[in-house]
Amino acid sequence: MIEFHIEPRSGVAPYLQLVHQVRQALRLGLLSEGDRLPKVKEVAAKVAINPNTVLKAYRQLENEGLVSPRPGVGTFVSGTLGTLAAAEHEPLRRELARWLAAARAAGLDEESIEALFRQTVRSPTEEER
Amino acid sequence: MTAIVETRALHKRYGRRPALTDCTLSVPAGSVVGLVGPNGAGKSTLLQLACGLLTPTSGTVEVFGAPPGQLARVGFVAQDTPLYPTFTVSDHLRMGARLNPRWDAALAERRVRQAGLDPAQKAGRLSGGQRAQLALALAVAKRPELLLLDEPVAALDPLARRAFLQGLMEFVAESEPQPTVVLSSHLLSDLERICDHLVVLADSRVRAEGGIDDLLATHFRLTTARRDADTLPAGMRVLHAEHTGRQSTFTVRAAAPVDDPSWVMEPLGLEDLVLHYMSDPSESAPADPRPVPEPQR
Repeated sequence: MIEFHIEPRSGVAPYLQLVHQVRQALRLGLLSEGDRLPKVKEVAAKVAINPNTVLKAYRQLENEGLVSPRPGVGTFVSGTLGTLAAAEHEPLRRELARWLAAARAAGLDEESIEALFRQTVRSPTEEER
Repeated sequence: MTAIVETRALHKRYGRRPALTDCTLSVPAGSVVGLVGPNGAGKSTLLQLACGLLTPTSGTVEVFGAPPGQLARVGFVAQDTPLYPTFTVSDHLRMGARLNPRWDAALAERRVRQAGLDPAQKAGRLSGGQRAQLALALAVAKRPELLLLDEPVAALDPLARRAFLQGLMEFVAESEPQPTVVLSSHLLSDLERICDHLVVLADSRVRAEGGIDDLLATHFRLTTARRDADTLPAGMRVLHAEHTGRQSTFTVRAAAPVDDPSWVMEPLGLEDLVLHYMSDPSESAPADPRPVPEPQR
């Protein structure tokens, strides 16, 4: 079963930290479909965190289609996230490697590349415009 | 959502000194509210007004929709966790059972056992952490619908503090309906974990209040080449601006981060956010920053 932790001072809201940890566990294969998430009460007492925060995180995961509650039983993983190892990502990875080589050739360092990536991810794509 | 504690234009003065000024607040049912602010900001005064130990100079405070005083429904742990030093742990539990109509003896005993307290030990010989755990056990065994805690963890070491917060959150999570908690503390990292609402007090006034998630999601530090605050996008409210010869650092409130190659916009974090509201006397920041002299070279 997943173990949660909270990093205060990160600027990231605690409920989002829990959401990220579940998503990460799914990506790493530590959680898979059918697994039960710990009860809200257990997380609250163990991590010393507000039960409302845990509920909010579980609700967000439910909205993302990753978990579903079974009343009286618990909250279960019901969705999957693509794992990084998946073979079908190989063409994407190769394309990205080519792009990175071009970016470095253009004189961009790691941080500039990350900044550019973040900015592009957040801005609407041609199709969405 | 129903309000458990509601204050309207609440004022409290001690002689000439204002302890709480024009405080209008609403504490929703089932929330855990953190009170932060410098010593003397009015935190203890607000808690004592809510449990009826103090009466307002003017304005109103209502608890469960009525003037404070329904003591059976309210748990209060004052600063320094007052206990009777010559009473043993089990004396305290017995006293609690006699004095409280809704006393949950099983809960009290479980809590005392969990905290590893010796029932025969005199309260005066307990460590700070053990005293806090006993005080919490007494307060929660009343099965209060509202729990008021005045700096419950101030004197505890990190281990005892975590144990206390775990006990507190366990109580909140297992009670039905979920109780409302208001606690004061200087330890923002604790409040970030356990609270969903925050009230920042300074100089007897409420400087900021809101859901912690909302506060975190809307406050940013923006670092950029020197520019005036009024050249920033319209959706950003500049709370504070600092300029050096080349650089400007803004504390801004915005609905979401805005990416721009010319600046870095990061979450402010709860600590800096609270420090800002504690120290800035003007609630709304000036629209145009005062000219800052160039540094001498």
